[in-house]
Amino acid sequence: MSNIELREISKSYGDVEVMNDINLEIQDGEFIVLVGPSGCGKSTLLRMIAGLEPITAGDLLFDDELVNELAPRDRDIAMVFQSYALYPHMDVARNMGFSLEIRGEKAQIIDQRTQKSADTLGLKGLLDRLPKALSGGQRQRVAMGRAIARDPKAFLFDEPLSNLDAALRVEMRLEIAKLHQRLGATMIYVTHDQVEALTLADRIVVLNEGKIQQIGRPLELYQSPANLFVANFIGSPTMNIFDVKQVGAELQLVNGALIGMSGGGAAVSFGIRPEHIAIVAQDKGHVVGTAEVVERLGSDSNIYTQVEGLGQVLIRHHGNTELNIGDKFGLEFNVSAAHLFDSDGIRLTLDK
Amino acid sequence: MSVFAKPAVGWTISKYIVLALYLAFALFPLYWLLKISVTPEKLIYSDGVALWPSEVTLDNFKSVLLYTDFLIYFKNSIFVSFGTAALTTVLAAAAGYAFSRFQFRGKKIIIGIMLITQMFPLLIIIAPIYRIISGMGLLNTLTSLIVVYTAFNVPFATFLMQSFFDGIPKDLEEAAMIDGCTRLQAVRKVVFPLTLPGLAATLGFVFTAAWSELLFAIMLINSNDKMTFPVGLLTFVSKFSVDWGQMMAAGVFALVPSCLFFIFIQRYLVQGLTSGAVKG
Ligand SMILES: Nc1ncnc2c1ncn2[C@@H]1O[C@H](COP(=O)(O)OP(=O)(O)O)[C@@H](O)[C@H]1O
Ligand SMILES: [Mg+2]
Repeated sequence: MSNIELREISKSYGDVEVMNDINLEIQDGEFIVLVGPSGCGKSTLLRMIAGLEPITAGDLLFDDELVNELAPRDRDIAMVFQSYALYPHMDVARNMGFSLEIRGEKAQIIDQRTQKSADTLGLKGLLDRLPKALSGGQRQRVAMGRAIARDPKAFLFDEPLSNLDAALRVEMRLEIAKLHQRLGATMIYVTHDQVEALTLADRIVVLNEGKIQQIGRPLELYQSPANLFVANFIGSPTMNIFDVKQVGAELQLVNGALIGMSGGGAAVSFGIRPEHIAIVAQDKGHVVGTAEVVERLGSDSNIYTQVEGLGQVLIRHHGNTELNIGDKFGLEFNVSAAHLFDSDGIRLTLDK
Repeated sequence: MSVFAKPAVGWTISKYIVLALYLAFALFPLYWLLKISVTPEKLIYSDGVALWPSEVTLDNFKSVLLYTDFLIYFKNSIFVSFGTAALTTVLAAAAGYAFSRFQFRGKKIIIGIMLITQMFPLLIIIAPIYRIISGMGLLNTLTSLIVVYTAFNVPFATFLMQSFFDGIPKDLEEAAMIDGCTRLQAVRKVVFPLTLPGLAATLGFVFTAAWSELLFAIMLINSNDKMTFPVGLLTFVSKFSVDWGQMMAAGVFALVPSCLFFIFIQRYLVQGLTSGAVKG
């Protein structure tokens, strides 16, 4: 077990800087999720922590000890690859016991530990199979089994579920959550899927273009996104964002509607989540819209609404809806849950 | 009809006919080699193009073994071909691994130069090679052949090995290094077993090339006891006649090592070992 600290870490490939000024302190036993769009540098950061990629500048510390130059094998971490990276010429048991074998552990102990992780992951009957004789889900389990067979200081996961189908993904997500509870180990998990991030993480680190956008607990990111990027990235369906300008004491949308709140002069964008818009009578509410597409999901409904002078607005309605395509209605914004952003995209703190 | 139903008999038969035609075409020269080798000398011309001689004899084989220097040529060829194959494969594997896995200064230039070496017809560099080998005092030695063959085969063999290494996901080595291996251990325990087909293919390719090389073997060797088999075959051609029977018998013997070699490595040539490494 250990805590991991990243101090002003940056990374360049030649002249191209892909990672800039990364500061992060990970507590012992914490589940950290790195999330961001494809190409934002999540894997690079994880690989630097693993020792597979040299760190261009900055310090990486495990338990207050500088490990920048330490070889991967001496860092005592386990990693689950997106491709699983199972050794094709070794059976499942040997795959899982390989790290112990390399470290010169006794055969009897290797056997014990392999059996135990096979039990944990439901791989009992498969121990003497080669990876090519396994299904995708089973391979994924073996990859996890390989990580837990030894008792590493920390677990690193690089998009471990992205090659599974939707149902299996949900199942394995749950297993990873349980695994973390049982082992209590430090885990760093990379994903581009914000649902995985929100469900698994103690804390989420949102990355974009090699920079940390925000670090926080899942609900924190949802309720108080630091900037437009996080506001857009976290939450599904995504937040509605509109341009606004200050007119007197109130903010005005581009179609002229007033929204009944003040931005203190700095606000240029108004963000409201689909679930914070209520459907009301036409003469009530802030604006009037027409339903264009209605998606009925059972527990919720998504209503894609055309508002004149404003464009498309998405509303999420809890439960089923009576609305049909072409229906006109009023939209009422729950302004206490809305967000304002300045011209740099930074969220303004409102005194409500 | 289901796509998995048994194919029609006509279809199966025509497949075999095509295969048989191809095999006949490819193997006929070998058959003719065998046929002449068992034909008594007096019948070689009189039997003409008959598919099988009216009389069969093993005399040609006997005289090749007992009355010619064939065994010496054969031994020399084995030594040169194995030496070349082993040396080339080791060098090519090391270089191919580096090209596949590392970025380094001048990599493109080195690859370019290696490609250029493959562009010249051998004939135009025979003279300089002769000078170099003679300067090194290696003329008329088997070592000179190994050196020259290795030099000429390494570029292609390197590209071959590189493509095999490229086919092995980098993730596997990285996983091994995280599991506790040094890079060398990772190569030995994970990459090497998966590259066996590649190594076998490279060995086989280089072995065959060295086994049948004639040009340099003629140029660099002049004493009978250092001749390799292809040069030795020429001794069956005298000023006024060619001893076809013995030549073909020697040829049959020459096929044996190649055949044995490929029988031995063919199970490594079977691909697909890496399937199942990644994804599902
Ligand atoms: N070996 C490399 N050489 C040059 N650029 C690279 C290399 N590896 C990654 N990059 C760049 O670094 C950025 C981050 O990549 P990566 O960490 O793989 O993103 P992610 O995992 O978030 O999708 C990308 O823009 C990618 O093009
Ligand atoms: Mg990635």
